[in-house]
Amino acid sequence: MKGNEAIAHAAVRYGVDGYFGYPITPQSEILETLEELMPWETTGMVVLQAESEVAAINMVYGGASTGKACMTSSSSPGISLKQEGISYIAAGELPALIVNCMRGGPGLGTIQPSQSDYFQATKGGGHGDYHMIVLAPASVQEMADFVGLGFDLAFKYRNPVMMLADGIVGQMMEKVVLPPFRPRLTDEEIAQRSPWAVTGRPEGRGPNVLTTLELDPRLMEKHNIHLQEKYDLIKAEEVRYEEFMTEDCEYLVVAFGCVARICMKAVEEARAQGLKVGLLRPITLWPFPSAEICRLGKQVKGMLVAELNAGQMIEDVLLSLDERIPVHHFGRFGGIVMDPDEIFVALKEKFTL
Amino acid sequence: MTSPKDIRRPENIVAAKPRLLNDNTMHYCPGCSHGVVHKLVAEVIEEMGAEHIAIGVAPVGCAVMAYNYLDIDWIEAAHGRAPAIATAVKRLNPSKLVFTYQGDGDLAAIGTAETIHAANRGENIAIIFINNGIYGMTGGQMAPTTLEGMVTATTPYGRRVELNGYPLNISDLATRLDGTCYVTRQSVHTAASVRKAKKAIRKAFENSMNGLGTSIVEIMSTCVSGWKMTPEKANEWMEKNMFEKYPLGDLKDVSK
Repeated sequence: MKGNEAIAHAAVRYGVDGYFGYPITPQSEILETLEELMPWETTGMVVLQAESEVAAINMVYGGASTGKACMTSSSSPGISLKQEGISYIAAGELPALIVNCMRGGPGLGTIQPSQSDYFQATKGGGHGDYHMIVLAPASVQEMADFVGLGFDLAFKYRNPVMMLADGIVGQMMEKVVLPPFRPRLTDEEIAQRSPWAVTGRPEGRGPNVLTTLELDPRLMEKHNIHLQEKYDLIKAEEVRYEEFMTEDCEYLVVAFGCVARICMKAVEEARAQGLKVGLLRPITLWPFPSAEICRLGKQVKGMLVAELNAGQMIEDVLLSLDERIPVHHFGRFGGIVMDPDEIFVALKEKFTL
Repeated sequence: MTSPKDIRRPENIVAAKPRLLNDNTMHYCPGCSHGVVHKLVAEVIEEMGAEHIAIGVAPVGCAVMAYNYLDIDWIEAAHGRAPAIATAVKRLNPSKLVFTYQGDGDLAAIGTAETIHAANRGENIAIIFINNGIYGMTGGQMAPTTLEGMVTATTPYGRRVELNGYPLNISDLATRLDGTCYVTRQSVHTAASVRKAKKAIRKAFENSMNGLGTSIVEIMSTCVSGWKMTPEKANEWMEKNMFEKYPLGDLKDVSK
């Protein structure tokens, strides 16, 4: 099935409580598949087409405030509209999953795939000092798996998680093993898991208030320090990446999502011609696998960062390195996707191999 | 001589603050309508025995800290988004009493889309809509509800239709939506109007629990600081000027 369809199936099977969406290409199949599956008749999951992306993310904010597992999905221009709500969700320390099936921009851009929202996803996007955990799927299987992983991380850290996919993984069809069905949590289980949740004040507990306002700057600073400590913990615990032929590599390609798939082919091609090239695929874009890039920086002669943008992740690669080795960027953008040959040629040209 | 301590015995008390209204000092200006409406909301929740199922959604505006005064569960919304938040809260928790508490800037300007669409979907929520024709919290700027000719911080020479458009009567608009079951306009500037407003809030809350759709209780309110008037003058000015554009009474009631 398509990656977008896999997300919808995985959400129902994980026991997600609410999905709030708004149509935008290339991710509309998520909402369409959910409406077709009618999970409100089986698991009781709420599915709602909102009047706008702004309303949809605020519905997620409301639902998540009550301790429920809520998600939304959109594509680049729609994700820009959601930034207000994402900032509130991060500030309120609410668990939520947001899927961005990226398309080329800026502006209305194109409906073709892109990776040009890397900065927005990993550096903030909305106002204030906050981070989302950002997962980058490279296959339809990961589109399905990262729904569960995303919610697990979101609830573990009380933090929004973004699945930063793109028009390719969203639209392409692959075989996928869907996760098993698990029941949605009961209200009692939710109150136990999330004692902070706004559920209506039961006998014997004080009011639970979910607010992101604090007019006393001393308390606001304290809250910010608490958030930063949480982010440090996530950086220490949750870095995920995949290495491909890096043991003996002399040159390293760094790429995420669908581009990593394309780069694997280029690495195989290079190896067939006797060039020792490896690939590192960050799976979490935030936290970024800086230590691993740093380690490989001591081993290789140069790095090529391949992205469907004008050079965004390359900044994090450069920040990770201790060694002064050449680091080049190869990108196609505006909806154009590179093929493996282009990467291989870029490798040879930039490092004069 | 009888000491005050002897007088303040339970059997002598004829009027008391509702239990849900706590002792925190309110930040509202003296003469502001918010305090009265807070008390009415607290009384209604208490009388309905709904304090354990009530979830309020607070706005951005003067009532942003409503959660400091009523001892129920609250969510503080982004500016204008309360009806979207309440939509999800109610759909995911249908047995709860879910209401929003919003001002005219929040509900009728930045939150127009969220308000209209929640009401049009007939979400089973109650919307308490404080209309004082001005942005109170940010210092008295023009709101969509500001009357023609009314002086505000951003209309220092009075609101001019050719520059700023017409005052928006959003409750009238809401009556035309199939999702609304009850739209009423009340005030809290006299003892009699306070009693009527309380009945309206009770009806709206009961409608939401009975699944009848969206109820909107607009409450014409004074903003003594924004209007730069004494509380007494503000009440007079409201009666004379605001009620002409925004007349009191039920605008829609499907139970009738």
